[in-house]
Amino acid sequence: MILTDDERRMRDGADGPAVAAAMDLLIRYAAALDAERLCTVRNVAGTTTQPSPLKARLVAEGGWDRAFSVINLDADETLPIPPMAVPTCQLQQGFGPDAAGVVPYPAEFVALQSDAEVFYGGRGVSVLATCTPYQVGNLPVRGEHCAWMESSAVVYANAVLGARTNCEGTASTGAASLTGRVPCWGNHHDEHRRGTHLVRVDTPVATFLDWGLLGYFTGDAVQEARPVVTGDHALPELTDLKHFGAAAASSGGVEMYHVPGVTPEAPTTEAAFGGAGVPEPIVYGAAERRATYERLNDQGGSEDVDFVLLGCPHASLDQIRDAARALDGRRLHPGTELWIMAPRALAAVAERSGYTAVIERAGGRVLTDSCPAMSRAAPEGTRVFATDSAKQAHYLPAILGIEAWFGSTAECVDAAVTGRWRGELR
Amino acid sequence: MSAARTVLRGRTVVPGVVEGEALVSADTISGWGGIDPATGTIIEARHPLAGVCFTGRILVFPGAKGSSGWSGFFQTTRLLGTGPLGMIFTVTTTKAALGAVVTRVPALADPDGDPVRLLRTGDLIRLDATAGTVELLNRAVSG
Repeated sequence: MILTDDERRMRDGADGPAVAAAMDLLIRYAAALDAERLCTVRNVAGTTTQPSPLKARLVAEGGWDRAFSVINLDADETLPIPPMAVPTCQLQQGFGPDAAGVVPYPAEFVALQSDAEVFYGGRGVSVLATCTPYQVGNLPVRGEHCAWMESSAVVYANAVLGARTNCEGTASTGAASLTGRVPCWGNHHDEHRRGTHLVRVDTPVATFLDWGLLGYFTGDAVQEARPVVTGDHALPELTDLKHFGAAAASSGGVEMYHVPGVTPEAPTTEAAFGGAGVPEPIVYGAAERRATYERLNDQGGSEDVDFVLLGCPHASLDQIRDAARALDGRRLHPGTELWIMAPRALAAVAERSGYTAVIERAGGRVLTDSCPAMSRAAPEGTRVFATDSAKQAHYLPAILGIEAWFGSTAECVDAAVTGRWRGELR
Repeated sequence: MSAARTVLRGRTVVPGVVEGEALVSADTISGWGGIDPATGTIIEARHPLAGVCFTGRILVFPGAKGSSGWSGFFQTTRLLGTGPLGMIFTVTTTKAALGAVVTRVPALADPDGDPVRLLRTGDLIRLDATAGTVELLNRAVSG
């Protein structure tokens, strides 16, 4: 493996022991990938503040230096952590003090996270606290090499923005933040960005629900490969592609896809495949659509819904406004709660625009920083939840041991108002 | 016990040698939302190994899927003492490669045969990830 002079200096300790540990991890990781070299990044999206019992124990043992050393650098020793070498942001985390009284979330975790924000903010980590950094101030340009984690953000950065990042992890983003390096492998290379599978849409895909279904189907069909989606679909919006990618990264491991004529590296279907020829299609028709819907809804038995979750990945302003419109003048069922998860920066705009007041008058809440799956937290006694997110329907039943219904945003809002699930595939 | 024979050759992900029982997963594995690090158990409801513990066994699986929390969750199994003994996977992804690195167990990838088909849960195997070989020491009694 080829290291530059600067990289060798870092490995040998010229910039201190934490940077040396970071380089050691990156070298082990690059070897595991069989990468030939590292590449330079100046955009890192990782996680340092998210509380966990393990992190609480490490902080008690040796402060945040110890937690970062062990978790984010995979080191055994407690090393003094210098300022981040390159711009770094915090992805979604736990719930903050403003969720107290709404979200059953341990007070000691809230305190631990507040303490973490002070430490890491002081080291230069921007606390965006969202799974959608591209919505609130971290919007990489086409061709920019990044080190991001959060599978839904990674696929959005690659496919929609044309930035270049692999699906990094807690340790590799930690190491990247102190070195500005990450293994040059996979999505960083042109030849690993071209399409591998053709998905032909034979049934109309135009709604938020349908883009999620299509994503969930596609991820299952291609696993880690790179689908090219053509056929009977409308021009997607940000929220549609956010849902599509998150779903495809949940049922499979999709990190890159193309929608010819829409996404930047696919002016045409032929170009999406890089001139290698267009393969036989995987067909997504009415039968596949129904089968995908039924698969997402095979974890629901009881129709009594006690919790509705919107905003996974974190809601756009459009989604918050649409939810406010759907809830305007209505009142949630007494036994049902509705949470909309959003980036804190957009929640501030939603409040200023009056959307939050409408949602709260109905009995719903706009919450930030986290989500029920990240924080393993839902309203007390939740047995059955409904969501308009294929990703959340995929993960939350296993994480919380509850039943799930998946449907449109309007069906979810109706369930919150009536307490009953009446969703059906139209 | 029959004589050991090499059943697979592959690429070194993390060097090292271990002997132990194989736990073979026909499906890809999620880290975050797919395993409980406190108990070393697969928890994804739809997974064929839901409820099965991988602690101290050599995990044989097609690859990693889902959230980028994969490596962090497997790192946590190491720190809590619930980790697998080794890893053999078919498809190299950043999740699986970094996951193996931070779990710090011998790991092999890109095998020359399908490990999910060639190995069975309960087989006693020797994983020499340094040399890039998997030997079958004792075949599990098929149920």
